[in-house]
Amino acid sequence: MIEINDVQKAYGDAIVVKGVSLALPKGGITSIIGPNGAGKSTLLSMISRLLPMDRGRVLVDGLDVTTTKSDVLAKRLSILRQDNHMTARLTVRDLVAFGRYPYSHDRPTVEDRAHVEKALGFLDLEPLADRFLDELSGGQRQRAFVAMVLCQDTDYALFDEPLNNLDMRHASAMMRLLRRAADEFGKTVVLVLHDINFASCYSDHIVAMRAGEVAFQGTPEAVMRKEVLTGIFETEIDIHDIEDRRIAVFY
Amino acid sequence: MSLDVSAPRKPPSARTILLILGALTLLVMIGFMTIGANGRWDFVLPFRGAKLAAIVLVAYAVAVSTILFQTVTNNRILTPSIMGFDALYILIQTVMVFVLGANRVLVIDPRWLFLGEVVVMVVFSGILYRWIFAGERRSLHLLLLVGVVFGILFRSITSFLQRIIDPNEFLVLQDRMFASFNSADANLLAVSAVLIGLASLAGWRILHTLDVLALGRDTAINLGVDHRRTVSIILVIVAVLVSVSTALVGPVTFFGLLVASLAYQLIPSHQHRLILPAAVCLAILCVVGGQLVLERVFGFNSALSIIIEFVGGLVFLTLLLRGATR
Repeated sequence: MIEINDVQKAYGDAIVVKGVSLALPKGGITSIIGPNGAGKSTLLSMISRLLPMDRGRVLVDGLDVTTTKSDVLAKRLSILRQDNHMTARLTVRDLVAFGRYPYSHDRPTVEDRAHVEKALGFLDLEPLADRFLDELSGGQRQRAFVAMVLCQDTDYALFDEPLNNLDMRHASAMMRLLRRAADEFGKTVVLVLHDINFASCYSDHIVAMRAGEVAFQGTPEAVMRKEVLTGIFETEIDIHDIEDRRIAVFY
Repeated sequence: MSLDVSAPRKPPSARTILLILGALTLLVMIGFMTIGANGRWDFVLPFRGAKLAAIVLVAYAVAVSTILFQTVTNNRILTPSIMGFDALYILIQTVMVFVLGANRVLVIDPRWLFLGEVVVMVVFSGILYRWIFAGERRSLHLLLLVGVVFGILFRSITSFLQRIIDPNEFLVLQDRMFASFNSADANLLAVSAVLIGLASLAGWRILHTLDVLALGRDTAINLGVDHRRTVSIILVIVAVLVSVSTALVGPVTFFGLLVASLAYQLIPSHQHRLILPAAVCLAILCVVGGQLVLERVFGFNSALSIIIEFVGGLVFLTLLLRGATR
């Protein structure tokens, strides 16, 4: 379980996350949704120790993320942010292999190699495995980074907008894959999502944020309601039930 | 670091390139020691040996410091000298002469003076650059600007102090401030070698984290690297290396950029254990080979640093214009 306790972050005078307290259950997929500037990404960055918090604390399975050693956390929790700029020239396989770094540093074992191949296979990356990252499209790169995070094989995997740059086919494939990671391997997946319909169809739990605070949380059925979403996004949203799925229409 | 699982494909080529570079470097060094030696060997060898040792130390310091710095800052344009590291070192030297007076500075054993300067340098650059680089990722253009401003600030304070200093003391200073691979300070060779050795030892222990750092701050933290601590260690190493090279031959602005860019181009790998030695070899090749050609073949003197800076400056402009600045 990830326990978030009165966490706050301000940039200058602007408070982007206002004393958020939240418990993210272990197992399953939790999606964080909300309008731009709601503090979703900032919260995710603080949970994953990428960003220091001004106040409060975050416990991952009882480990305080600010005080626990980074290499210990790296075996428990992984994070993928939106833009991953790097200067090094790497192939896809090189990048995915870095996912094993927390375990074996510079001495990959046979087991590590098996993990790498499995992660490559999981994301359909075998044909691209020996291509350099800078030769790939945005979506292919995105999948390579997700493969690295899966290869890290942590109990908790956090993704900041993993569907960025992905076309429809790959976006739904990505969500199915995360679903599998949660169902078959018992991973806890936490996502920041922009598309609320993906959140509705694939999550177990949805947290809706607005103006730095948690506005609403619950099951997709509870969150995907006209009055809830309209309040959060400040725009007219209709909800339709299509084949057991709640779909928001806002065009 | 060898997280590389595709063993049969890439490394041979990178290793071969490195081997060729190494062999070339060795050849050039032998050539430097022997070509055109028309005197007694027991004079020529130690004389040229000291020169060669100085060049090798400087080449090593510049190449390694540049690549470490670029890995930490996750870009391939900024170098310690562009960020004003060597200007800071010269400022420290000037302040020392200004405060202590040239007489006293000349009396102090130059090795102790040098060590003192290195310590001050490490402390100051540590505070200054850690503040800039250890936190959130900043835009490259901002960093470039900060570097330019710092460089100008340090140089201006230096020249201001030099203007109000006693002319005799100024001569002492001036002597130390022009880049010349010919007049490297032989007194400092041993101390420099020790300092470089210590810095390399510290670097050796975190060699495998360098490859991870090159993935960017967020990814490195995700993979369990203690980013702040590692960056601080590397910046200290860089400060020591820059002090050594500046003390030995004076400031060289674009030399590091030149050899680092060449090394990235030549070595088809992300692994620092391949890139670093390649850059060192290239740096030695540039200076020793350049010196050999200019001195022995054309009979020029001390124009080498100008040529290297010229070519390095062109590389810098090309990189900027090609938009590698993201």
